[in-house]
Amino acid sequence: MKLRDIIEETCFALSANKVRSILTILGIVIGISSVIVMLSIGQGAQNSITSRIESIGSNMITVYPGVQRSGGISSGRGSAKTLTISDSDAIASEVTNVKAVSPEVSSRYQITAKGTNTNSQVCGVTTDYTIVKSLEMQSGDFISSQNNSNYSKVAVIGPDVRDDLFGEDIDPVGKTIKINKISFQVIGLTKSKGGTGFGSQDDMIFIPISTAQRFFTGDEYLSSIAVAAENSESMTIVQEEITQLLLDRHNISDSASADFRILNQEDVAETASSIAKTLTLLLGFVAGISLIVGGIGIMNMMLTNVTERTREIGLRKAIGAKPKDISLQFLIEATVLTIIGGNIGIILGYVIAWGVTYFGSIATKTTIFSAILAFCVSTIIGIVFGYYPARRASRLNPIDALRYE
Amino acid sequence: MIRLENITKTYNLGGGGFTALRGVSFEIKSGEFVAIMGPSGSGKSTLMHIIGALDTPTTGKYFLEKRDVSQLSENKLTDIRKNKIGFVFQSFNLLPRATVLRNVMLPLIYKEIEKSERIKIAEKCLRSVGFEEDHFKHLSNQLSGGQIQRVAIARALVNDPTLILADEPTGNLDTNTGEIVLETFKKLNKEQNKTIILITHEQDVANHADRIIFIKDGLVQSDTKK
Ligand SMILES: Nc1ncnc2c1ncn2[C@@H]1O[C@H](COP(=O)(O)OP(=O)(O)OP(=O)(O)O)[C@@H](O)[C@H]1O
Ligand SMILES: [Mg+2]
Repeated sequence: MKLRDIIEETCFALSANKVRSILTILGIVIGISSVIVMLSIGQGAQNSITSRIESIGSNMITVYPGVQRSGGISSGRGSAKTLTISDSDAIASEVTNVKAVSPEVSSRYQITAKGTNTNSQVCGVTTDYTIVKSLEMQSGDFISSQNNSNYSKVAVIGPDVRDDLFGEDIDPVGKTIKINKISFQVIGLTKSKGGTGFGSQDDMIFIPISTAQRFFTGDEYLSSIAVAAENSESMTIVQEEITQLLLDRHNISDSASADFRILNQEDVAETASSIAKTLTLLLGFVAGISLIVGGIGIMNMMLTNVTERTREIGLRKAIGAKPKDISLQFLIEATVLTIIGGNIGIILGYVIAWGVTYFGSIATKTTIFSAILAFCVSTIIGIVFGYYPARRASRLNPIDALRYE
Repeated sequence: MIRLENITKTYNLGGGGFTALRGVSFEIKSGEFVAIMGPSGSGKSTLMHIIGALDTPTTGKYFLEKRDVSQLSENKLTDIRKNKIGFVFQSFNLLPRATVLRNVMLPLIYKEIEKSERIKIAEKCLRSVGFEEDHFKHLSNQLSGGQIQRVAIARALVNDPTLILADEPTGNLDTNTGEIVLETFKKLNKEQNKTIILITHEQDVANHADRIIFIKDGLVQSDTKK
């Protein structure tokens, strides 16, 4: 039997039972499209997490003051006062493979400009902040060491702050803002890094660290020290050296009772992306189940088909169809159903993934890989679940089949 | 053309075997028109299945055109059916949602004949059994009993068989339509020199044949030529 004839017979058989064919296809469409959507959501989450973490800075190690425990009551992160500028200077001068060190003092304050106000994270920093956090300027300059030694009341603002205080597309350089009722002159605007919500650098105000300590915190302590290592290979060793240095400086012999915590950016990125990967896997698994249900639907339909068409099979065999011809015909019927369903599912999946991003603003990432995977999976499902009914059809005895009522 | 030597057929049933044929021997020459008669359950259909290479005998030898086909594999039997034999089944066995033309063409797809050629052959065969030209594209479940039977005969002819087997081809027809169908067989026998074996339990129908073989309880009772 020629392939063209088999396909023609297949189309004929499938269109002879349209409703059933469409319902079976629907099962596959749902399965395949949910696989595509789930994978794209997982992949999107993974990508946005990785890029968010990378945007913070590269090869970064952050030292936080430890949680001080007094009588079993935790006073919370950030309020602990264990790190000082001299710790930061020591790291810069004594630890090898360090590119830059950025001590920070940060807190949220009410910001006002002419008639507008907002609440933002105000960050006292040094010049090296831009190196450690790979921050770029859109206009004006960043905080200079001159500003720091002069306790200047100057500020660099992020684009979100600019939007809130002055409106979009306005160059804020030269304008005056009030942070906690103290006037600052804006000297620069940072470039947008994207990202929203807590911790976004677009929603920050940078001032000299000396100014922040003198006018706001009133002490010499830091909220964190960010350290950029020369390269990713040296991160572990830099982390170890910092730990040792700070333990020595704080006169602590047991590292378990350290009064600081060190966060390695790579660890964070790894943990985050492994969570995202688990999420992708879980979503894919759930979608895979619906695909299997679709496959069982195919098998069910084909078995019903074989039973219903027993006489037809008997006749075909009597007039010259070999078992191979019969099994091929039924196998191709099943496979054509899944391929049609698979293709519609791929298109639908892409559309839904797009819709999820567009209307639900959840990052999705559709890949060619997931489409190819879906296509292969649907074809394989057709073959696997079509095989048993096809074999059953091909093994029917023509005489019994012709007698079948 | 056909020689049966002591054919037996035993069906395996739950409790034991049931012997439907108990040693049948006869010969049919090329171009003969034979009727096989006998009461219900005598083994006529069983015999036709063996002659038509749909089934193999339990014991005995069956020669079709001098070739022993009694113990061939399923694939070899299929090839014989495909190339040498045309069946007209008692129950119509047309594809219900397919057109007349499609039904008649069906055996040819397994012979891998081009579609245009298939249509030509099918139309020729439909005309030769006197099927109305304007009904070629009708669906087979929209036909009358006589039309259905003629489509079934046309389908038996498309592979240009040397042997045509018909199991009670007039069983569901009124006398008039039955006559027309039988005339068609006669014409095929006389004009195209086809060997025809017709199964029936009606004497009137059997009388159209040149030779009547009577079967009872799985044995040949009589074999008379006109
Ligand atoms: N597949 C089978 N399995 C078991 N027994 C069978 C089978 N086919 C036929 N038989 C038995 O063999 C005997 C002969 O059957 P067969 O169909 O050949 O009769 P028949 O002469 O064609 O009868 P009818 O005129 O009613 O069609 C019957 O008793 C039947 O029950
Ligand atoms: Mg019978």
